[in-house]
Amino acid sequence: MRESFRECAPAAADSWSFRMVSERNEVIQVRQDILQPVVTSRDTGVMVSVTKDGGAGYAATSDLSKEGLRAAAARAMEWAERTRDASVLDFSKIAQTPPVGEFAPPVEKPWASTSLSEKIDVARAECARLKTDDRIVDWSTSLWHVGLEQLLVTSGDGEAHQRYEVLIPDLSVTANEGSETLSRSAELARQGGLEVLDRVGFSTLAPKLSEEVLQLLAAPNCPTGTMDVLLDPTQMYLQIHESIGHPLELDRILGDERNYAGTSFVTPDMFGSYRYGSDLLNISFDPALSGEFASYSFDDDGTAAEKQFIIRNGILQRALGGAISQSRSGQPGVSCSRASSWNRPPIDRMANLNLEPGDSSFDEMVASIEDGVYMAQNNSWSIDDSRNKFQFGCEYGRRIRNGELAEVVKKPNYKGISATFWRNLKKVGNRESFQLLGTPYCGKGEPGQAVRVGHATPACVFADVDVFGGE
Amino acid sequence: MQSYFDELATFLTSKLVGDEFATINFSAEDSDFIRLNHSKVRQGGHVAQKAMSFDLILGARHAGGGVTLTGNAGEDRARLSELLSDLREQLPSLPEDPHLLYATEVNSTEQCGENRLPDAADALTSIREAGEGRDLVGIYAAGGIHRGFANSAGQRNWFSSYSFNFDWSFYLQADKAVKNGYAGFAWDQEAFSGKVESAAAQLEVLARQPKTIEPGRYRVYLAPAAASDYVGIIAWGGYGLKDRRTKQTVLIKMAEEDARLHPGLTIAENTADGVAPNFQGSGFIKPESVTLIDGGKLADPLINPRSAKEYDVPTNGAGSWEMPESLDIGAGNIPESEILQRLDTGVYINNVWYLNFSDRPACRITGMTRFACFWVENGEIVAPLNVMRFDETIYRALGENLIGLTAEREMILDPETYDARATGSARVPGLLVEDFNFNL
Repeated sequence: MRESFRECAPAAADSWSFRMVSERNEVIQVRQDILQPVVTSRDTGVMVSVTKDGGAGYAATSDLSKEGLRAAAARAMEWAERTRDASVLDFSKIAQTPPVGEFAPPVEKPWASTSLSEKIDVARAECARLKTDDRIVDWSTSLWHVGLEQLLVTSGDGEAHQRYEVLIPDLSVTANEGSETLSRSAELARQGGLEVLDRVGFSTLAPKLSEEVLQLLAAPNCPTGTMDVLLDPTQMYLQIHESIGHPLELDRILGDERNYAGTSFVTPDMFGSYRYGSDLLNISFDPALSGEFASYSFDDDGTAAEKQFIIRNGILQRALGGAISQSRSGQPGVSCSRASSWNRPPIDRMANLNLEPGDSSFDEMVASIEDGVYMAQNNSWSIDDSRNKFQFGCEYGRRIRNGELAEVVKKPNYKGISATFWRNLKKVGNRESFQLLGTPYCGKGEPGQAVRVGHATPACVFADVDVFGGE
Repeated sequence: MQSYFDELATFLTSKLVGDEFATINFSAEDSDFIRLNHSKVRQGGHVAQKAMSFDLILGARHAGGGVTLTGNAGEDRARLSELLSDLREQLPSLPEDPHLLYATEVNSTEQCGENRLPDAADALTSIREAGEGRDLVGIYAAGGIHRGFANSAGQRNWFSSYSFNFDWSFYLQADKAVKNGYAGFAWDQEAFSGKVESAAAQLEVLARQPKTIEPGRYRVYLAPAAASDYVGIIAWGGYGLKDRRTKQTVLIKMAEEDARLHPGLTIAENTADGVAPNFQGSGFIKPESVTLIDGGKLADPLINPRSAKEYDVPTNGAGSWEMPESLDIGAGNIPESEILQRLDTGVYINNVWYLNFSDRPACRITGMTRFACFWVENGEIVAPLNVMRFDETIYRALGENLIGLTAEREMILDPETYDARATGSARVPGLLVEDFNFNL
């Protein structure tokens, strides 16, 4: 396609790019020991982006013929002309270094290396282990695999070719008694092939989840009060995502998202000096952490990706914004201009946004808490449009008293304010509790885009949190 | 587009052999998107996409797949042939599916919309004029949306619609803004100007000193957009038969304990008055209406074909997620003109944001107020409200504490554009609620 792209590039454009995305999705799900319909889909298309006389335009097409590419390029030029004197910025002032390179991380066990039957057997075997009690009313496992290829060809002889696989193993078990129904689940998104199953311990999870969901049925509600919380990585990833990741996206700070995903309590003057959290808080944008869900070498505008500290020792350093937002704001950012696929234009997105491990073991963190709650696996998330007032809920909780884990509690919820919550971070787990997690469902943008994001984090302790339970 | 779909469906079914059967789904759109910030264009462009998926069925075995289409018949036939070959190869390794159900009685339908959309440049001109001297942010999405179903028994269903949806806000400062929407099938400049002027007038109220209220219980009015979101989230695991039978429904107290909502509350999936296709992916035709909550009592579930087979009941044409697409909340008897007077002292909530369940079995819903929400005293708007978090069960908000519903309803066309432009809608009244819980 490279030659076709170059041949069909609009000669009159000041700059141009052709971004091809090809995805092959396959989902194997077993519910109540019955294989659900296996669906395999292939999606390929191209987005042509151009700038001309300060305007910019795009056109996305699934017609990969030269006629189709030329038509898309012409349509993108029309949009550049239409927006020439009406844009939020003069696109001719965006200096973009043409990308040159590849990204093709090694895959130990490619998805295609085993038969469909073998993969069904893996999902079926774990599903069968979830049903351990008559009170379990629904149970399922799934393996969602995506094989991706992205080719970005730009004016100035730029070319970035990225190929990788991701796997999202998932287990869920639900138990009921009367009108009380509770679930335990695990969604373990990683980049890689079938080796991901071993790395996330897929075959060890079913007995634990089944046991815990039955414990929850018999458990009291999480208590109400102000106390310490120990957040498992399966909740920490969401806390990082919602109350650090989103508020630091430059396009939100610039106002692009105000009509939909919202704005931010963070203002441009805060970078370099604002105390976001305690000294223990170190947040990195790390697109190169092997196996993490949203790793890459180039973002979708073609900026080379590298690790950057976003928050160091609690002080805000830089924003999550790609080249265009950096140019608009004058703020330093990272290579995070990303699109959900070929049919959506890139915008500022989190990719791998991680909380760097500290030096506390899990046992030390429990021992440090006199009166508190341990919470695991997010199941409810809500935060205001400035990304400040939040309320999150988890599937599983345990009381902590006098430095020891005590009884299981159900429906643990907590609420707080982003701007102060992270300043109460008082313990950060070491590599023992550090986990690579992520989600394929980060939603944002107009038009809407759901992208993959990765969050690697240890467990952490926060002081003086407003905790409560169910009805 | 319809003839292209028909041509490819006929090609595909012609390639079937022996007892093979196929259900075929087609989806396409041709959309302009103009994204705006500070009354200027942030991104403008066009997306043309089309895809076909099909389920190859042989007895009780089946395998599904999908491909993007190029629009070139030769290339697309080759892609479909390759997929058919792959699925045929898969079939022997798949077990029989005890929950497979698809339409075998032929029910062909056709809903063809007329393209009366404005030129994108003209729409942009109108929008930029509305934004002059103001801080306008939002998205204009417009174009054709096409859906098709076919099967090898000869059934053909077609839906095409040409619509626009301009979803926008006027910002005053920080998070103080008026949210609005203008959607339809033909641009009416007078109607649009009316919305612009109405929003601009609300901006004047937003300029007043904002009020912060303490957490606690307040009388509130949920205007139609807010009511649509608060009631709408119940669809997320509330109405489906599978959720009901596996005790996962968020309405479990209604299902298991006969808990009731306010007798004036009736909720339906009203396909007849909606703007979505009237067929679903296995070829079943949706009834004109399915009553989900009838006078406060749990009524019929939405039943997709798999649930129908699993639980041995007839399907009512629900999609795979068993969620309503054309939500209809029955009107009440409070004239909208009397709302401020009836609210007396409390919170006027135009919009809510980021809703989620904080206790699913209790159907307790948390979320935030957003955009133009006001503090009202003695029947008069006195100040904009700083954002507040609520956390409240439907059994209180839509049950014992529901004072009433407005007599007038608003038709809200879903502006969502994830993957593709949505065809959902909601016809909703406003809700007057006593003792609504704000907790942060």
